[in-house]
Amino acid sequence: MPHLTLIQAVNDALHLAMKHDDRVVVLGEDVGENGGVFRATEGLHDTFGEDRVVDTPLAEGAILGAAIGMAAYGIRPIPEIQFTGFMPMVFDHMVSHASRLRWRTRGRFTCPLVLRAPYGSGIHAPEHHSESHEAYYMHTPGLKVVVPSNPYDAKGLLISAIKDPNPVLFFEPKRIYRAIRQEVPEEIYEIPLGKAAVVNEGTDVTVITFGSMTHMAKEAITRASEQGISAELIDLRTVWPLDIDTISTSVAKTGRCVIVQEAPRAASFSSEILTLIHEKVFDSLQAPVERVAGFDTPMPYYRMENYYLPNANRILAGINNVLNF
Amino acid sequence: MATKSKANKPVTVKDVFKNKFTPYTLLNPDGTLNGPAPDLSPEQLQAMHRVMVEARVFDERAVNLQRQGRLGTFAPLSGQEAAQVGSAFALRKTDWLFPSYREHAACALHGQPWLDILKYWGGNEDGSRVPDDVNIFPVAIPIATQIIHAVGAAWAAKIQGKDDATLVFFGDGGTSEGDFHEGLNFAGVFKTATVFLCQNNFYAISLPRESQTSSESIAQKAISYGIEGIQVDGNDVLAMYQMTKEAFDRGRAGEGPTLIEAQTYRYGPHTTADDPTRYRDSAEVDQWKERDPIERLKNYMISQSIWDDGKEEALWEDVRAQMAKVVEDYEALPERPVEEIFKYTFEEMPWHLEEQLAELKDFIAEYGNPNEGHH
Amino acid sequence: MAHKTLIQAINEALHLEMKRDERVMIMGEDVGANGGVFRATEGIYNEFGADRAVDTPLAEAGIIGSAIGMAAYGLRPVPEIQFDGFMLPAFDQLVSHAARLRWRTRGRFTCPMTVRVPYGGGIRALEHHSEAPETYYAHTPGFKVVLPSNPYDAKGLLLASIRDPDPVIYFEPKRLYRAFRQDVPEEDYEVPIGKAAVVKEGTDVTVISWGTMVRVSEEAAEKAQEEKGISVELIDLRTLWPLDIDTVIASVQKTGRCVVVHEAPRTVGLGAEIISLINEKALLHLEAPVVRVTGYDVAMPLFRMENYYMPNANRVLQGILKTVQF
Repeated sequence: MPHLTLIQAVNDALHLAMKHDDRVVVLGEDVGENGGVFRATEGLHDTFGEDRVVDTPLAEGAILGAAIGMAAYGIRPIPEIQFTGFMPMVFDHMVSHASRLRWRTRGRFTCPLVLRAPYGSGIHAPEHHSESHEAYYMHTPGLKVVVPSNPYDAKGLLISAIKDPNPVLFFEPKRIYRAIRQEVPEEIYEIPLGKAAVVNEGTDVTVITFGSMTHMAKEAITRASEQGISAELIDLRTVWPLDIDTISTSVAKTGRCVIVQEAPRAASFSSEILTLIHEKVFDSLQAPVERVAGFDTPMPYYRMENYYLPNANRILAGINNVLNF
Repeated sequence: MATKSKANKPVTVKDVFKNKFTPYTLLNPDGTLNGPAPDLSPEQLQAMHRVMVEARVFDERAVNLQRQGRLGTFAPLSGQEAAQVGSAFALRKTDWLFPSYREHAACALHGQPWLDILKYWGGNEDGSRVPDDVNIFPVAIPIATQIIHAVGAAWAAKIQGKDDATLVFFGDGGTSEGDFHEGLNFAGVFKTATVFLCQNNFYAISLPRESQTSSESIAQKAISYGIEGIQVDGNDVLAMYQMTKEAFDRGRAGEGPTLIEAQTYRYGPHTTADDPTRYRDSAEVDQWKERDPIERLKNYMISQSIWDDGKEEALWEDVRAQMAKVVEDYEALPERPVEEIFKYTFEEMPWHLEEQLAELKDFIAEYGNPNEGHH
Repeated sequence: MAHKTLIQAINEALHLEMKRDERVMIMGEDVGANGGVFRATEGIYNEFGADRAVDTPLAEAGIIGSAIGMAAYGLRPVPEIQFDGFMLPAFDQLVSHAARLRWRTRGRFTCPMTVRVPYGGGIRALEHHSEAPETYYAHTPGFKVVLPSNPYDAKGLLLASIRDPDPVIYFEPKRLYRAFRQDVPEEDYEVPIGKAAVVKEGTDVTVISWGTMVRVSEEAAEKAQEEKGISVELIDLRTLWPLDIDTVIASVQKTGRCVVVHEAPRTVGLGAEIISLINEKALLHLEAPVVRVTGYDVAMPLFRMENYYMPNANRVLQGILKTVQF
């Protein structure tokens, strides 16, 4: 079985999906001959030609807007937005149209598209290249949000996302595009949307996260175990609609919870998870749920991004806070 | 260097536009022809005429319903029938139509039942569920966004090797939005079979056309995208048909999109929530009424001896009965169950929506229906 | 003191501030000669002229983008976006620029503009005309988000917003534009940004709300008192972000129970953030989980079914009973 990086796994999934379903089309800026600025679409142009791997003019709104028309017509577009910082340009089309086309037309038109975007920070990128925008899309009814944390999941989740009949935002944590390699089967396989992974079982505290923060959290719980703390680590994989059962079961067991995200804290992913825990397993809680998050500031320039980003120490401090409450 | 070079004079946009756009007209206001008649049978002309009359009567009924509190806010179209019917008449059945929110005539012609159009404005989502063999996108309220969707659908057709074309409507105001630029640019680059139909009715709510853009015409904007552009008398249903048909023919032949500026006028307000007397004179409205699109086609058909006053009278009577039935059916629609709110958000209902639906049902069981007496 | 509607109070605040500060100008679609589609800017064009009451072309990104440039240059623009659903084309200008101009330039350029937007459902409006998008802006670092619930606050908050040195999203609950009148002083006054109002004091349960939902919650609080003898403390946030955490926490510490009411969809609504803050600052005072009474996670229905979607007094009452009976 080949050892692949996350970006190679994404590329592999795209190749397979395009081979298996000739309705699948990739479009975006520099995704064709250039193979994408991160090389996610490398080789697709040569294999499938310029009709199915399209270099578009520079206009994010039109990339998504056209993809909506394509999806409604009957093909399966996979638009790429080059960086999450450019996603506000697609916001109107995502919120006013993609998310609610099925709803507005009582199912007569649907919008089975997968918007791929390199996500998050940690690679010393320029401004507007490191944002974490999941909260905007979680709050918008009708969208699914997926963020893989490893190559195996990236491939299986992307295949599932492409087969899904609803619009999916597939955010790729660019910090770990090439950070890890993993055995990834060559064949096509799916990881179901809406199912979390329990990365580590534990009894004292539940740590909930997704994407590249999963690796920070792994480091933190390894160090916590050295202090004798048994932490359960949940990688959500699908950020919305999320796997509430896995969360509730775990927190009911541990009674304590730390939520980790890179996005700003206010009205975010962590607010919703915390509130759901509060609603579902209030009586089990033995301490306030702790949020370890980015700050409510713009993403700092790269020289200070490590102050902003949660790291293993901040997560460990969060674990200790909930245990020492 | 023996040869003397010519004076190096810059060529400016003004040089390019030495010949101004003028609206192409086939049918004069009195119904006489101004050029070769399009290849349309008497039955086809009568069909165009009928839909225009249907739209006019529908408009009256809808505005009245709104005034009586029996319909929501409504966007009337009276005055713009020819721009819509002439262009939509050039659509084939499998072609896709992308309306903004005033294209009731175009939508009806392309297969959306009048009852569905009324349902939509009556606050019933079922109105946007067009029949399975009808390709009309739902009304686009966010201005100009539909322009790009139309490009995407035509592009998808091209990718699939089909020759379906798309027709997208927007107004003079819509040309100011970024989506107008992005859509026309994409269509030019990918040579999609899209007809961009700007109904320039000279006002975007209150803002007059000359304050909307300092371009002398909307049509000339096409040049910056490398696509065809034309200005048409939007109250001339024959010119509208002919120009749109030619644009589709070019599009299907791979020659790319066309921007059509149809000059027309809305007799009524922007919507029933608007008071147009605040920003335009009744004299202006009267001038446009002298160029009424329905009268013009009627006069032409009479001059061709395929129509007469008796038929005209019978038609209006028939259409009034038809619309009375539409209104009757609309008012007889049953209340829809609350599930309708939650269905179709996703293909399958996720747990959080199941929970919210159950919560609402419990609430209604305990406290009664919050919607009673509210519609 | 004159009795005024909320929309009249807004109009008066605009008149006053444009007279007081010549840097203030309004801009947007139909705000000039037409006086705005809701008549919020009625009379301003005649009094201050076309340079300070500007009818723009139809382009929300253009309106906000140029207001950012104006604000940086030294004016105090008050752009209007005609309806909540149309803020989205301007989202990039708002999120990538307005919100962070001060931050990016270390204070060299600032963005003192007030974006006025008719907000929310309940007036049988068209699609995309009844949205409650406050979460998007509360989640975006750099905005202040304001939403009055009555004419007095509307005037004082708008004056405070225009004078604020940072960008303010000033949402106007369109369902309340003409719903009732209140004594509104003719003179200049401010209602400070970041301060909630305790509309009604109580001891059993705290209800937190904003905008139209404050009126709904008031009705629910009366019912709770009359029908069940429950004493509700009602908080009107007024400023949604940054919110008045002290007032919220003090009240929840007193009552031990809380209901948050908003018309926006539930998931990652502002209710989630308020519950998170209560969890972090006052968990041990809680005798029951905080209850969310909100819009559902669906597109805002067309008007025929909007009353199913919008929280009403009975739904708030149900939430109050749920937390009291926990």
